[in-house]
Amino acid sequence: MAHEFICTVCPRGCHLRVDDDMNVTGNSCPRGVKYAIAEVTAPTRVVTSTVRINGAALRRCPVRTAAPIPKGLMGEAVKALSDVTLTAPVETGDVVIADVLGTGVDFIATKTFAKV
Amino acid sequence: MKDYELIVVGGGPAGLAAAAGAWEAGLRKILIVERDVELGGILNQCIHNGFGLHYFKEELTGPEYAGRFIKRLAGTDIEVLSDTMVLDVTEGPAVLVSGRECGCRLIQADSVVLAMGCRERTRGAISIPGSRPAGIFTAGTAQRYINIEGYMVGSRVVILGSGDIGLIMARRLTLEGAKVLACVEVMPHPGGLSRNIAQCLNDFNIPLYLSHTVTDIIGKDRVEKVIVSQVDERRRPIPGTEMEFECDTLLLSVGLIPENELSRRAGIEIDPRTNGPVVYGSMETSMPGVFACGNVVHVHDLVDNVSDEGERAGRSAAEYVLGGDKDAAPDGKAVSLKNGEGVTYTVPQHIYPSAGAADVYFRVAHTFDKSVIRVLDDGEEVLSFRRARMAPGEMEKITIPADKAAALKGTVTVLAQEA
Repeated sequence: MAHEFICTVCPRGCHLRVDDDMNVTGNSCPRGVKYAIAEVTAPTRVVTSTVRINGAALRRCPVRTAAPIPKGLMGEAVKALSDVTLTAPVETGDVVIADVLGTGVDFIATKTFAKV
Repeated sequence: MKDYELIVVGGGPAGLAAAAGAWEAGLRKILIVERDVELGGILNQCIHNGFGLHYFKEELTGPEYAGRFIKRLAGTDIEVLSDTMVLDVTEGPAVLVSGRECGCRLIQADSVVLAMGCRERTRGAISIPGSRPAGIFTAGTAQRYINIEGYMVGSRVVILGSGDIGLIMARRLTLEGAKVLACVEVMPHPGGLSRNIAQCLNDFNIPLYLSHTVTDIIGKDRVEKVIVSQVDERRRPIPGTEMEFECDTLLLSVGLIPENELSRRAGIEIDPRTNGPVVYGSMETSMPGVFACGNVVHVHDLVDNVSDEGERAGRSAAEYVLGGDKDAAPDGKAVSLKNGEGVTYTVPQHIYPSAGAADVYFRVAHTFDKSVIRVLDDGEEVLSFRRARMAPGEMEKITIPADKAAALKGTVTVLAQEA
């Protein structure tokens, strides 16, 4: 069965088609091929959310997975963040949760907060 | 001697890029005035990824994207006045500011860049009938509550409008445990980027109802349900097509309006098609020495384009200030750009043929498959560009090469046709 979907690698939004033999059409760059194959075999996503932070000017620190994780784990990954409370100072890139759900990928802070 | 060479009104992505661009082009006395307590503007609440693929060649979240620019500014002597509101921009130019630290004062500058961004359209702007309970938010307000303040807005949600912020919030609310019942769009095509339909709605099996709208809101203290009806081709609700959604929250993602109170009061010419200032290729407005960039000029889909435009405005302001004779117009006469069939507006609205290659941004009026963009000079075709697909939700850009631009004489029309 052929799969059709929109490429989310960049904002261009190419309409990709993957046939049974994993031939990709509709892409305008090589990244589309890689995305299309991953999408039909093992789809992944970068997950973003926030965690509590104490001692900063604001109450929430935004975070993301440092790399894409399996799409099916998105919900569980966000749940894992509810146990986390950071304390300022926090630097962009600081690890918030290491090795999220055994994926080998960390949740990292995406904003720098000074201690107030 | 003026207080500053350049004052930038607004410290969001457009203003940050304008200040950086002006610094790198040689200005040394630059002030950014920002009404929030921190720089970064709306990027701070856009915690999702997908920013920067063009500009930084990597995928960043909003706060990271802003962080890169804030870091770039940290290496300069650019001054920032935060928690401060600009009340007026007047000829001179001069900027009247009001803030807790600086009080109320008039600051003189050689040039000004307007980078105020845009605001969301509200329920009042689209006149939804029904009662007025709690639980109705614009998508961006809900985004701020959740991502910055840390408050959840509701548990069963309907989203009206398929603009990018609405789509992003559909995913965000779902991941935070809410049930998003539907995304409802009055137009026959989505308002946001295709990639956001894919990764925010399709990933979570959230239904998108095109050619539908909310025709009633029911609830006493809190939203209890909303009624959604199909609309005809003139966007009038079709009786008998009503669907009922039991929900406690309605998000509105029904468009953005450039925030031009300051520009209007300053007497700067506004384009009714974009609701933003009329600009030249340099991003200069109708007021000499006053430039504009970003969503205050026209609403962008991608912050990367905002940064490019901001840097251009900043560099232009630097050229204006350092160029000497302020009254000297650029060489030759400007030509006007008009939108032809299939195109809703162009930015810039005027270009100087002598100013080199010209980037022109525009949106199409409806979706196109294989199509061609034509550039006419007084009705005569001078350039054409092929496209595989175009949609109103995705801004288009063409570049008129320097030699072609130099030959422009009359009114330039940009139009789009099916190939």
